[in-house]
Amino acid sequence: MKKLINDPQDVVAEALLGIEAARPEVRVDHANRIIYRRDAPKARKVGLVSGGGSGHEPLHGGYVGLGMLDAACAGQIFTSPTPDQMLEATKGVDAGNGVLHIVKNYTGDVMNFEMAAELAAAETGITVDTVVVNDDVAVQDSLYTAGRRGVGVTVLLEKLVGAAAEEGRPLSELAALARVINDAGRSMGMALTSCTVPAAGKPTFELAEDEMELGIGIHGEPGRRRVPLASAREIAEQLMEPILADLDFSSGPLIVMLNGMGGTPLIELYLMYGEVAKIIERSGIPVARNLVGNYITSLEMAGCSLTMLRADEELIRLWDAPVNTAGLRWGI
Amino acid sequence: MPSAVITIDQLTGWLRRFHQLVIKNQAELTELDSAIGDADHGINMARGMAAVIDKLDGEQPARVNDLFKTVAMTLVMSVGGASGPLYGTFFLRFAGAVGSVTELDTAALATGLHAGRAGVVERGKAGLGDKTMIDALSPALEAMEAVIKTGGDLAAAVTAARDAAADGRDATVPMVARKGRASYLGERSAGHMDPGAASMTLLFDALAAELAG
Repeated sequence: MKKLINDPQDVVAEALLGIEAARPEVRVDHANRIIYRRDAPKARKVGLVSGGGSGHEPLHGGYVGLGMLDAACAGQIFTSPTPDQMLEATKGVDAGNGVLHIVKNYTGDVMNFEMAAELAAAETGITVDTVVVNDDVAVQDSLYTAGRRGVGVTVLLEKLVGAAAEEGRPLSELAALARVINDAGRSMGMALTSCTVPAAGKPTFELAEDEMELGIGIHGEPGRRRVPLASAREIAEQLMEPILADLDFSSGPLIVMLNGMGGTPLIELYLMYGEVAKIIERSGIPVARNLVGNYITSLEMAGCSLTMLRADEELIRLWDAPVNTAGLRWGI
Repeated sequence: MPSAVITIDQLTGWLRRFHQLVIKNQAELTELDSAIGDADHGINMARGMAAVIDKLDGEQPARVNDLFKTVAMTLVMSVGGASGPLYGTFFLRFAGAVGSVTELDTAALATGLHAGRAGVVERGKAGLGDKTMIDALSPALEAMEAVIKTGGDLAAAVTAARDAAADGRDATVPMVARKGRASYLGERSAGHMDPGAASMTLLFDALAAELAG
Protein backbone atom coordinates (compact mmCIF):
# COMPACT_ATOMS: atom_id res chain seq x y z
CA MET A 1 0.00 0.00 0.00
CA LYS A 2 1.40 3.37 -1.02
CA LYS A 3 -0.55 6.30 0.35
CA LEU A 4 0.13 9.84 1.60
CA ILE A 5 -0.69 9.00 5.19
CA ASN A 6 1.00 8.82 8.58
CA ASP A 7 -0.87 5.97 10.22
CA PRO A 8 -3.81 4.09 8.65
CA GLN A 9 -5.81 4.60 11.87
CA ASP A 10 -5.43 8.40 11.74
CA VAL A 11 -6.45 9.11 8.15
CA VAL A 12 -9.90 10.58 8.82
CA ALA A 13 -8.88 12.62 11.87
CA GLU A 14 -5.83 14.06 10.13
CA ALA A 15 -7.75 14.82 6.94
CA LEU A 16 -10.19 16.83 9.05
CA LEU A 17 -7.25 18.85 10.42
CA GLY A 18 -6.24 19.58 6.83
CA ILE A 19 -9.76 20.58 5.79
CA GLU A 20 -9.92 22.99 8.72
CA ALA A 21 -6.57 24.49 7.78
CA ALA A 22 -7.48 24.83 4.11
CA ARG A 23 -11.09 25.97 4.07
CA PRO A 24 -12.17 29.28 5.60
CA GLU A 25 -15.89 28.59 5.03
CA VAL A 26 -16.03 25.73 7.54
CA ARG A 27 -15.19 24.91 11.12
CA VAL A 28 -14.52 21.40 12.39
CA ASP A 29 -15.66 19.67 15.57
CA HIS A 30 -12.83 17.15 15.82
CA ALA A 31 -14.23 15.23 18.79
CA ASN A 32 -17.43 14.47 16.88
CA ARG A 33 -15.94 14.55 13.38
CA ILE A 34 -18.39 17.11 12.09
CA ILE A 35 -17.65 19.75 9.47
CA TYR A 36 -19.90 22.78 10.03
CA ARG A 37 -20.55 25.77 7.91
CA ARG A 38 -18.69 28.50 9.78
CA ASP A 39 -21.82 30.57 10.45
CA ALA A 40 -24.09 27.66 11.48
CA PRO A 41 -26.74 27.68 12.82
CA LYS A 42 -28.01 30.12 10.24
CA ALA A 43 -31.09 32.07 11.30
CA ARG A 44 -34.31 31.78 9.26
CA LYS A 45 -32.99 28.71 7.49
CA VAL A 46 -33.60 24.98 7.67
CA GLY A 47 -30.43 23.09 8.56
CA LEU A 48 -29.12 20.60 6.00
CA VAL A 49 -27.13 17.68 7.42
CA SER A 50 -25.56 14.87 5.51
CA GLY A 51 -22.76 12.46 6.14
CA GLY A 52 -21.43 9.09 5.34
CA GLY A 53 -18.29 7.06 5.23
CA SER A 54 -15.10 8.94 4.37
CA GLY A 55 -13.19 8.22 1.18
CA HIS A 56 -15.77 9.84 -1.16
CA GLU A 57 -14.28 13.34 -1.05
CA PRO A 58 -15.31 15.98 -1.85
CA LEU A 59 -18.59 14.36 -0.68
CA HIS A 60 -19.82 15.31 1.96
CA GLY A 61 -17.49 17.65 3.84
CA GLY A 62 -16.49 19.40 0.63
CA TYR A 63 -20.08 20.44 0.13
CA VAL A 64 -20.45 22.32 3.39
CA GLY A 65 -20.84 26.05 2.97
CA LEU A 66 -23.05 28.73 1.46
CA GLY A 67 -25.69 27.22 -0.82
CA MET A 68 -25.20 23.59 0.15
CA LEU A 69 -24.88 21.74 3.48
CA ASP A 70 -24.80 23.20 6.98
CA ALA A 71 -22.98 20.18 8.40
CA ALA A 72 -21.46 16.89 7.31
CA CYS A 73 -20.62 13.96 9.60
CA ALA A 74 -17.52 12.03 8.64
CA GLY A 75 -17.44 8.29 9.28
CA GLN A 76 -14.45 6.01 9.08
CA ILE A 77 -13.40 5.16 5.52
CA PHE A 78 -16.45 3.65 3.78
CA THR A 79 -18.23 3.27 7.13
CA SER A 80 -21.28 5.23 8.13
CA PRO A 81 -20.86 7.78 10.90
CA THR A 82 -22.67 7.10 14.16
CA PRO A 83 -25.99 8.38 15.58
CA ASP A 84 -24.32 10.47 18.30
CA GLN A 85 -22.39 12.41 15.62
CA MET A 86 -25.53 12.96 13.60
CA LEU A 87 -27.48 14.07 16.66
CA GLU A 88 -24.75 16.55 17.57
CA ALA A 89 -24.70 17.93 14.00
CA THR A 90 -28.49 18.19 14.03
CA LYS A 91 -28.37 20.25 17.23
CA GLY A 92 -25.51 22.33 15.85
CA VAL A 93 -27.36 23.48 12.73
CA ASP A 94 -30.91 23.85 14.03
CA ALA A 95 -32.01 27.47 14.17
CA GLY A 96 -35.55 26.53 15.14
CA ASN A 97 -36.69 25.75 11.60
CA GLY A 98 -35.99 22.04 11.59
CA VAL A 99 -33.30 19.93 10.00
CA LEU A 100 -33.23 17.83 6.84
CA HIS A 101 -31.10 14.68 6.86
CA ILE A 102 -29.80 13.74 3.41
CA VAL A 103 -28.96 10.04 3.47
CA LYS A 104 -27.49 7.80 0.80
CA ASN A 105 -29.30 4.49 0.62
CA TYR A 106 -26.80 2.17 2.26
CA THR A 107 -27.93 -0.11 5.05
CA GLY A 108 -25.53 1.37 7.61
CA ASP A 109 -26.17 5.00 6.73
CA VAL A 110 -29.93 4.51 6.79
CA MET A 111 -29.89 2.70 10.16
CA ASN A 112 -27.56 5.20 11.83
CA PHE A 113 -29.51 8.24 10.59
CA GLU A 114 -32.73 6.49 11.67
CA MET A 115 -31.36 6.09 15.20
CA ALA A 116 -30.18 9.73 15.15
CA ALA A 117 -33.63 10.97 14.15
CA GLU A 118 -35.19 8.87 16.95
CA LEU A 119 -32.72 10.35 19.45
CA ALA A 120 -33.38 13.89 18.17
CA ALA A 121 -37.11 13.39 18.63
CA ALA A 122 -36.68 11.91 22.11
CA GLU A 123 -34.05 14.31 23.43
CA THR A 124 -34.40 17.65 21.67
CA GLY A 125 -37.76 18.20 20.05
CA ILE A 126 -36.02 19.31 16.86
CA THR A 127 -38.12 18.48 13.80
CA VAL A 128 -36.14 16.19 11.53
CA ASP A 129 -37.15 15.04 8.09
CA THR A 130 -35.13 12.56 6.09
CA VAL A 131 -34.63 12.04 2.39
CA VAL A 132 -32.97 8.84 1.22
CA VAL A 133 -31.16 9.06 -2.10
CA ASN A 134 -31.30 5.91 -4.26
CA ASP A 135 -30.38 6.66 -7.84
CA ASP A 136 -28.12 3.77 -8.85
CA VAL A 137 -29.63 1.84 -11.76
CA ALA A 138 -27.02 -0.94 -11.43
CA VAL A 139 -28.99 -2.40 -8.55
CA GLN A 140 -32.25 -4.08 -9.34
CA ASP A 141 -34.75 -2.68 -6.90
CA SER A 142 -37.17 -5.02 -5.23
CA LEU A 143 -39.02 -5.42 -1.97
CA TYR A 144 -36.54 -8.07 -0.92
CA THR A 145 -33.28 -6.18 -1.23
CA ALA A 146 -31.70 -3.18 0.44
CA GLY A 147 -32.68 -1.30 -2.72
CA ARG A 148 -30.72 0.98 -4.97
CA ARG A 149 -27.63 2.74 -3.70
CA GLY A 150 -27.38 6.48 -3.33
CA VAL A 151 -24.61 7.79 -5.58
CA GLY A 152 -24.18 10.73 -7.97
CA VAL A 153 -27.60 12.31 -7.54
CA THR A 154 -26.58 13.04 -3.92
CA VAL A 155 -24.19 15.74 -5.18
CA LEU A 156 -26.80 17.40 -7.39
CA LEU A 157 -29.45 17.14 -4.67
CA GLU A 158 -27.23 18.74 -2.03
CA LYS A 159 -26.58 21.65 -4.42
CA LEU A 160 -30.21 22.15 -5.48
CA VAL A 161 -31.86 21.70 -2.08
CA GLY A 162 -29.06 23.77 -0.52
CA ALA A 163 -29.96 26.65 -2.84
CA ALA A 164 -33.63 26.29 -1.95
CA ALA A 165 -32.83 26.24 1.78
CA GLU A 166 -30.85 29.45 1.32
CA GLU A 167 -34.10 31.08 0.11
CA GLY A 168 -35.68 30.37 3.49
CA ARG A 169 -38.10 27.70 2.33
CA PRO A 170 -39.71 25.52 5.04
CA LEU A 171 -38.59 21.99 5.89
CA SER A 172 -41.62 20.27 4.35
CA GLU A 173 -41.04 22.04 1.03
CA LEU A 174 -37.34 21.18 1.00
CA ALA A 175 -38.03 17.52 1.77
CA ALA A 176 -40.58 17.38 -1.04
CA LEU A 177 -38.15 19.05 -3.44
CA ALA A 178 -35.43 16.59 -2.44
CA ARG A 179 -37.71 13.65 -3.23
CA VAL A 180 -38.64 15.14 -6.60
CA ILE A 181 -34.94 15.49 -7.45
CA ASN A 182 -34.17 11.96 -6.30
CA ASP A 183 -36.99 10.60 -8.47
CA ALA A 184 -35.77 12.55 -11.50
CA GLY A 185 -32.15 11.40 -11.43
CA ARG A 186 -30.32 8.19 -12.24
CA SER A 187 -26.68 7.05 -12.14
CA MET A 188 -24.48 4.20 -13.32
CA GLY A 189 -20.81 3.63 -12.57
CA MET A 190 -17.85 1.52 -13.64
CA ALA A 191 -14.37 0.75 -12.36
CA LEU A 192 -11.06 0.12 -14.08
CA THR A 193 -9.27 -0.66 -10.82
CA SER A 194 -10.18 -1.40 -7.22
CA CYS A 195 -9.13 0.75 -4.28
CA THR A 196 -7.34 0.16 -1.01
CA VAL A 197 -8.98 0.97 2.33
CA PRO A 198 -6.02 2.22 4.44
CA ALA A 199 -6.84 0.03 7.44
CA ALA A 200 -7.21 -3.04 5.19
CA GLY A 201 -3.91 -2.38 3.44
CA LYS A 202 -4.69 -4.12 0.17
CA PRO A 203 -7.15 -3.66 -2.69
CA THR A 204 -10.75 -4.66 -2.00
CA PHE A 205 -10.86 -6.74 -5.17
CA GLU A 206 -8.56 -7.61 -8.05
CA LEU A 207 -9.19 -6.69 -11.65
CA ALA A 208 -7.11 -8.08 -14.48
CA GLU A 209 -5.59 -5.74 -17.09
CA ASP A 210 -8.28 -6.68 -19.61
CA GLU A 211 -11.29 -6.49 -17.27
CA MET A 212 -13.59 -3.85 -15.82
CA GLU A 213 -16.40 -3.84 -13.28
CA LEU A 214 -19.73 -2.53 -14.46
CA GLY A 215 -22.32 -1.26 -12.00
CA ILE A 216 -20.13 -0.35 -9.05
CA GLY A 217 -21.10 1.70 -6.04
CA ILE A 218 -18.75 4.01 -4.18
CA HIS A 219 -17.25 1.75 -1.52
CA GLY A 220 -14.81 -0.28 -3.54
CA GLU A 221 -17.37 -3.06 -3.53
CA PRO A 222 -17.37 -5.22 -6.62
CA GLY A 223 -19.97 -4.31 -9.23
CA ARG A 224 -22.85 -6.09 -10.80
CA ARG A 225 -20.84 -7.68 -13.60
CA ARG A 226 -17.24 -8.19 -14.53
CA VAL A 227 -16.84 -7.67 -18.25
CA PRO A 228 -14.02 -7.34 -20.78
CA LEU A 229 -12.45 -3.89 -20.92
CA ALA A 230 -14.02 -1.85 -23.70
CA SER A 231 -13.35 1.44 -25.48
CA ALA A 232 -14.56 4.73 -23.99
CA ARG A 233 -17.22 4.88 -26.69
CA GLU A 234 -18.58 1.46 -25.73
CA ILE A 235 -18.37 2.23 -22.01
CA ALA A 236 -20.38 5.42 -22.55
CA GLU A 237 -23.08 3.31 -24.19
CA GLN A 238 -22.96 0.73 -21.41
CA LEU A 239 -23.41 3.44 -18.75
CA MET A 240 -26.11 5.32 -20.57
CA GLU A 241 -28.22 2.44 -21.79
CA PRO A 242 -29.53 1.30 -18.35
CA ILE A 243 -30.08 4.93 -17.30
CA LEU A 244 -32.22 5.73 -20.34
CA ALA A 245 -34.04 2.41 -20.02
CA ASP A 246 -34.96 3.23 -16.43
CA LEU A 247 -36.41 6.72 -16.75
CA ASP A 248 -37.89 8.87 -19.47
CA PHE A 249 -35.69 11.95 -19.72
CA SER A 250 -37.35 13.43 -22.81
CA SER A 251 -39.41 16.07 -21.01
CA GLY A 252 -36.67 18.18 -19.62
CA PRO A 253 -33.32 19.75 -20.17
CA LEU A 254 -30.65 17.70 -18.41
CA ILE A 255 -28.11 18.30 -15.72
CA VAL A 256 -25.36 15.78 -16.48
CA MET A 257 -22.46 14.79 -14.24
CA LEU A 258 -19.55 12.75 -15.53
CA ASN A 259 -17.86 11.88 -12.28
CA GLY A 260 -14.41 10.44 -11.69
CA MET A 261 -14.02 7.71 -9.06
CA GLY A 262 -10.85 9.36 -7.72
CA GLY A 263 -8.05 7.81 -9.74
CA THR A 264 -8.92 8.77 -13.30
CA PRO A 265 -7.23 11.78 -14.91
CA LEU A 266 -9.37 14.66 -16.11
CA ILE A 267 -8.28 14.12 -19.70
CA GLU A 268 -10.05 10.75 -19.65
CA LEU A 269 -13.10 12.18 -17.90
CA TYR A 270 -13.44 14.87 -20.56
CA LEU A 271 -12.96 12.27 -23.29
CA MET A 272 -15.75 10.23 -21.67
CA TYR A 273 -17.96 13.31 -21.39
CA GLY A 274 -17.47 13.87 -25.11
CA GLU A 275 -18.72 10.36 -25.81
CA VAL A 276 -21.69 10.79 -23.49
CA ALA A 277 -22.54 14.18 -24.99
CA LYS A 278 -22.62 12.65 -28.48
CA ILE A 279 -25.13 10.02 -27.41
CA ILE A 280 -27.32 12.56 -25.63
CA GLU A 281 -27.20 14.82 -28.68
CA ARG A 282 -28.54 12.01 -30.83
CA SER A 283 -31.48 11.67 -28.43
CA GLY A 284 -32.32 15.33 -28.93
CA ILE A 285 -32.59 16.17 -25.23
CA PRO A 286 -30.76 19.42 -24.43
CA VAL A 287 -28.08 19.46 -21.73
CA ALA A 288 -28.61 22.60 -19.66
CA ARG A 289 -25.72 22.21 -17.20
CA ASN A 290 -22.93 19.74 -16.62
CA LEU A 291 -20.18 18.79 -14.22
CA VAL A 292 -17.03 16.92 -15.21
CA GLY A 293 -14.59 15.96 -12.46
CA ASN A 294 -14.20 14.11 -9.18
CA TYR A 295 -17.30 14.82 -7.10
CA ILE A 296 -18.19 11.54 -5.40
CA THR A 297 -15.26 9.20 -5.28
CA SER A 298 -14.07 5.85 -4.03
CA LEU A 299 -10.54 6.61 -2.77
CA GLU A 300 -8.06 6.01 -5.63
CA MET A 301 -10.36 3.85 -7.72
CA ALA A 302 -10.02 4.46 -11.46
CA GLY A 303 -13.25 4.64 -13.39
CA CYS A 304 -16.25 6.91 -13.69
CA SER A 305 -19.93 7.25 -13.13
CA LEU A 306 -22.59 9.00 -15.15
CA THR A 307 -25.48 10.85 -13.51
CA MET A 308 -28.38 12.32 -15.43
CA LEU A 309 -31.02 14.54 -13.87
CA ARG A 310 -34.21 15.58 -15.62
CA ALA A 311 -34.41 19.26 -14.76
CA ASP A 312 -36.76 22.14 -15.39
CA GLU A 313 -36.46 25.93 -15.29
CA GLU A 314 -36.80 26.02 -11.54
CA LEU A 315 -34.08 23.43 -10.97
CA ILE A 316 -31.76 25.22 -13.40
CA ARG A 317 -32.36 28.46 -11.48
CA LEU A 318 -31.47 26.70 -8.21
CA TRP A 319 -28.43 25.16 -9.89
CA ASP A 320 -27.17 28.61 -10.91
CA ALA A 321 -27.66 30.10 -7.43
CA PRO A 322 -24.45 31.06 -5.57
CA VAL A 323 -22.50 28.28 -3.92
CA ASN A 324 -19.26 28.47 -1.97
CA THR A 325 -17.88 25.12 -0.90
CA ALA A 326 -14.65 23.22 -1.42
CA GLY A 327 -16.30 21.04 -4.05
CA LEU A 328 -18.56 23.50 -5.91
CA ARG A 329 -18.07 27.22 -6.15
CA TRP A 330 -19.76 29.76 -8.38
CA GLY A 331 -21.90 32.90 -8.45
CA ILE A 332 -20.24 34.57 -5.46
CA MET B 1 -23.29 -30.04 39.40
CA PRO B 2 -23.34 -27.46 36.59
CA SER B 3 -24.42 -23.96 37.49
CA ALA B 4 -28.00 -22.96 36.69
CA VAL B 5 -27.23 -19.27 36.43
CA ILE B 6 -24.82 -16.98 34.65
CA THR B 7 -23.47 -14.28 36.95
CA ILE B 8 -22.70 -10.70 35.97
CA ASP B 9 -19.00 -11.54 36.21
CA GLN B 10 -19.52 -14.34 33.71
CA LEU B 11 -21.54 -12.04 31.45
CA THR B 12 -18.65 -9.59 31.54
CA GLY B 13 -16.31 -12.51 30.85
CA TRP B 14 -18.49 -13.38 27.85
CA LEU B 15 -17.95 -9.89 26.43
CA ARG B 16 -14.20 -10.05 27.08
CA ARG B 17 -13.99 -13.39 25.30
CA PHE B 18 -16.04 -11.98 22.42
CA HIS B 19 -13.54 -9.12 22.18
CA GLN B 20 -10.64 -11.64 22.10
CA LEU B 21 -12.34 -13.75 19.43
CA VAL B 22 -13.10 -10.70 17.28
CA ILE B 23 -9.43 -9.68 17.47
CA LYS B 24 -8.29 -13.19 16.69
CA ASN B 25 -10.64 -13.38 13.70
CA GLN B 26 -10.41 -9.75 12.65
CA ALA B 27 -8.52 -10.44 9.43
CA GLU B 28 -10.84 -13.28 8.49
CA LEU B 29 -13.98 -11.19 9.09
CA THR B 30 -12.57 -8.40 6.97
CA GLU B 31 -11.58 -10.91 4.31
CA LEU B 32 -15.15 -12.25 4.19
CA ASP B 33 -16.42 -8.69 3.94
CA SER B 34 -13.98 -7.94 1.08
CA ALA B 35 -15.58 -10.65 -0.98
CA ILE B 36 -19.15 -9.41 -0.74
CA GLY B 37 -19.13 -6.13 1.16
CA ASP B 38 -16.82 -3.27 1.87
CA ALA B 39 -13.91 -4.83 3.73
CA ASP B 40 -14.47 -3.29 7.12
CA HIS B 41 -16.41 -5.71 9.30
CA GLY B 42 -13.43 -7.07 11.24
CA ILE B 43 -11.92 -3.63 11.66
CA ASN B 44 -15.19 -2.11 12.87
CA MET B 45 -16.07 -4.89 15.29
CA ALA B 46 -12.56 -4.89 16.74
CA ARG B 47 -12.71 -1.12 17.25
CA GLY B 48 -16.18 -1.39 18.82
CA MET B 49 -15.36 -4.22 21.21
CA ALA B 50 -12.07 -2.55 22.20
CA ALA B 51 -14.11 0.52 23.16
CA VAL B 52 -16.52 -1.69 25.13
CA ILE B 53 -13.69 -3.32 27.08
CA ASP B 54 -12.08 0.08 27.75
CA LYS B 55 -15.38 1.25 29.16
CA LEU B 56 -15.83 -1.86 31.34
CA ASP B 57 -12.24 -1.58 32.57
CA GLY B 58 -13.08 1.93 33.74
CA GLU B 59 -16.39 1.19 35.36
CA GLN B 60 -17.96 -2.23 35.83
CA PRO B 61 -21.78 -1.95 36.04
CA ALA B 62 -23.32 -3.96 38.90
CA ARG B 63 -26.58 -4.75 37.15
CA VAL B 64 -27.07 -6.85 34.03
CA ASN B 65 -29.27 -4.29 32.28
CA ASP B 66 -26.77 -1.50 32.95
CA LEU B 67 -23.96 -3.69 31.68
CA PHE B 68 -25.63 -4.38 28.36
CA LYS B 69 -26.92 -0.85 27.98
CA THR B 70 -23.33 0.35 28.31
CA VAL B 71 -22.22 -2.23 25.77
CA ALA B 72 -24.99 -1.21 23.37
CA MET B 73 -24.38 2.53 23.49
CA THR B 74 -20.61 2.08 23.21
CA LEU B 75 -21.02 -0.11 20.12
CA VAL B 76 -23.52 2.27 18.54
CA MET B 77 -21.14 5.18 19.07
CA SER B 78 -17.92 3.48 18.02
CA VAL B 79 -18.70 0.95 15.28
CA GLY B 80 -20.69 2.81 12.63
CA GLY B 81 -21.67 1.02 9.45
CA ALA B 82 -24.56 -1.40 9.72
CA SER B 83 -22.96 -3.50 12.46
CA GLY B 84 -23.04 -0.64 14.99
CA PRO B 85 -26.81 -0.12 14.98
CA LEU B 86 -27.47 -3.87 14.65
CA TYR B 87 -25.26 -5.09 17.50
CA GLY B 88 -26.18 -1.95 19.46
CA THR B 89 -29.88 -2.63 19.08
CA PHE B 90 -29.29 -6.31 19.92
CA PHE B 91 -27.67 -5.51 23.27
CA LEU B 92 -30.02 -2.62 24.04
CA ARG B 93 -33.08 -4.85 23.70
CA PHE B 94 -31.28 -7.59 25.63
CA ALA B 95 -30.74 -5.09 28.45
CA GLY B 96 -34.36 -3.99 28.38
CA ALA B 97 -35.67 -7.55 28.53
CA VAL B 98 -33.56 -8.87 31.41
CA GLY B 99 -34.10 -5.97 33.78
CA SER B 100 -32.18 -4.85 36.85
CA VAL B 101 -30.73 -8.13 38.08
CA THR B 102 -27.27 -9.47 38.96
CA GLU B 103 -27.51 -12.88 37.30
CA LEU B 104 -29.53 -14.69 34.65
CA ASP B 105 -30.96 -18.19 34.66
CA THR B 106 -31.37 -20.09 31.42
CA ALA B 107 -34.86 -18.74 30.77
CA ALA B 108 -33.82 -15.15 31.44
CA LEU B 109 -30.82 -15.48 29.15
CA ALA B 110 -33.08 -16.85 26.42
CA THR B 111 -35.54 -14.01 26.98
CA GLY B 112 -32.75 -11.47 26.57
CA LEU B 113 -31.43 -13.09 23.41
CA HIS B 114 -34.92 -13.32 21.90
CA ALA B 115 -35.52 -9.62 22.58
CA GLY B 116 -32.15 -8.89 20.99
CA ARG B 117 -33.08 -10.82 17.90
CA ALA B 118 -36.41 -8.99 17.61
CA GLY B 119 -34.48 -5.71 17.72
CA VAL B 120 -32.09 -6.81 14.98
CA VAL B 121 -34.96 -7.96 12.77
CA GLU B 122 -36.77 -4.66 13.28
CA ARG B 123 -33.69 -2.48 12.69
CA GLY B 124 -32.32 -4.44 9.74
CA LYS B 125 -35.66 -5.44 8.22
CA ALA B 126 -34.11 -8.78 7.31
CA GLY B 127 -35.43 -12.29 7.80
CA LEU B 128 -34.11 -15.81 7.80
CA GLY B 129 -32.37 -16.68 4.54
CA ASP B 130 -31.40 -13.12 3.60
CA LYS B 131 -27.70 -13.93 4.22
CA THR B 132 -27.27 -11.84 7.36
CA MET B 133 -26.36 -12.30 11.03
CA ILE B 134 -29.94 -13.46 11.57
CA ASP B 135 -29.06 -16.70 9.80
CA ALA B 136 -26.71 -17.55 12.69
CA LEU B 137 -28.75 -15.91 15.46
CA SER B 138 -32.14 -17.46 14.76
CA PRO B 139 -31.04 -21.12 14.58
CA ALA B 140 -28.98 -20.57 17.74
CA LEU B 141 -32.03 -19.37 19.66
CA GLU B 142 -34.19 -22.19 18.35
CA ALA B 143 -31.61 -24.80 19.38
CA MET B 144 -31.40 -23.20 22.80
CA GLU B 145 -35.17 -23.25 23.11
CA ALA B 146 -35.29 -26.94 22.20
CA VAL B 147 -32.77 -27.84 24.91
CA ILE B 148 -34.64 -25.77 27.51
CA LYS B 149 -37.92 -27.47 26.60
CA THR B 150 -36.44 -30.92 27.16
CA GLY B 151 -35.09 -29.85 30.53
CA GLY B 152 -31.43 -29.39 29.56
CA ASP B 153 -29.22 -27.16 31.67
CA LEU B 154 -27.69 -23.79 30.88
CA ALA B 155 -24.40 -25.14 29.55
CA ALA B 156 -26.18 -27.64 27.29
CA ALA B 157 -28.49 -24.92 25.97
CA VAL B 158 -25.59 -22.61 25.18
CA THR B 159 -23.54 -25.38 23.57
CA ALA B 160 -26.47 -26.27 21.34
CA ALA B 161 -26.89 -22.59 20.47
CA ARG B 162 -23.22 -22.31 19.54
CA ASP B 163 -23.35 -25.37 17.27
CA ALA B 164 -26.53 -24.19 15.59
CA ALA B 165 -25.05 -20.71 15.06
CA ALA B 166 -22.02 -22.26 13.36
CA ASP B 167 -24.26 -24.40 11.13
CA GLY B 168 -26.36 -21.36 10.32
CA ARG B 169 -23.24 -19.38 9.52
CA ASP B 170 -21.99 -22.11 7.18
CA ALA B 171 -25.41 -22.26 5.52
CA THR B 172 -25.03 -18.62 4.43
CA VAL B 173 -22.32 -19.60 1.94
CA PRO B 174 -24.61 -20.60 -0.95
CA MET B 175 -27.23 -17.97 -0.17
CA VAL B 176 -27.90 -14.97 -2.40
CA ALA B 177 -27.85 -11.85 -0.23
CA ARG B 178 -31.05 -9.87 -0.02
CA LYS B 179 -30.08 -7.31 2.62
CA GLY B 180 -27.06 -5.20 3.37
CA ARG B 181 -24.30 -4.25 1.02
CA ALA B 182 -23.83 -7.79 -0.25
CA SER B 183 -27.30 -7.56 -1.83
CA TYR B 184 -25.88 -5.22 -4.48
CA LEU B 185 -23.95 -8.16 -5.85
CA GLY B 186 -27.07 -10.22 -6.52
CA GLU B 187 -26.19 -13.76 -7.61
CA ARG B 188 -22.50 -12.97 -7.23
CA SER B 189 -22.92 -12.95 -3.45
CA ALA B 190 -23.46 -16.71 -3.50
CA GLY B 191 -20.42 -18.81 -2.62
CA HIS B 192 -19.24 -16.54 0.20
CA MET B 193 -19.92 -16.75 3.92
CA ASP B 194 -21.76 -13.78 5.40
CA PRO B 195 -19.42 -11.79 7.67
CA GLY B 196 -22.26 -10.76 10.01
CA ALA B 197 -23.26 -14.38 10.52
CA ALA B 198 -19.59 -15.16 11.19
CA SER B 199 -19.22 -12.49 13.90
CA MET B 200 -22.56 -13.47 15.45
CA THR B 201 -21.27 -17.04 15.70
CA LEU B 202 -18.22 -15.74 17.57
CA LEU B 203 -20.59 -14.20 20.11
CA PHE B 204 -22.02 -17.67 20.84
CA ASP B 205 -18.54 -19.24 20.77
CA ALA B 206 -17.55 -16.76 23.46
CA LEU B 207 -20.62 -17.51 25.58
CA ALA B 208 -20.05 -21.27 25.38
CA ALA B 209 -16.36 -20.84 26.24
CA GLU B 210 -17.20 -18.66 29.25
CA LEU B 211 -19.66 -21.21 30.63
CA ALA B 212 -17.15 -24.00 30.06
CA GLY B 213 -14.79 -21.94 32.24
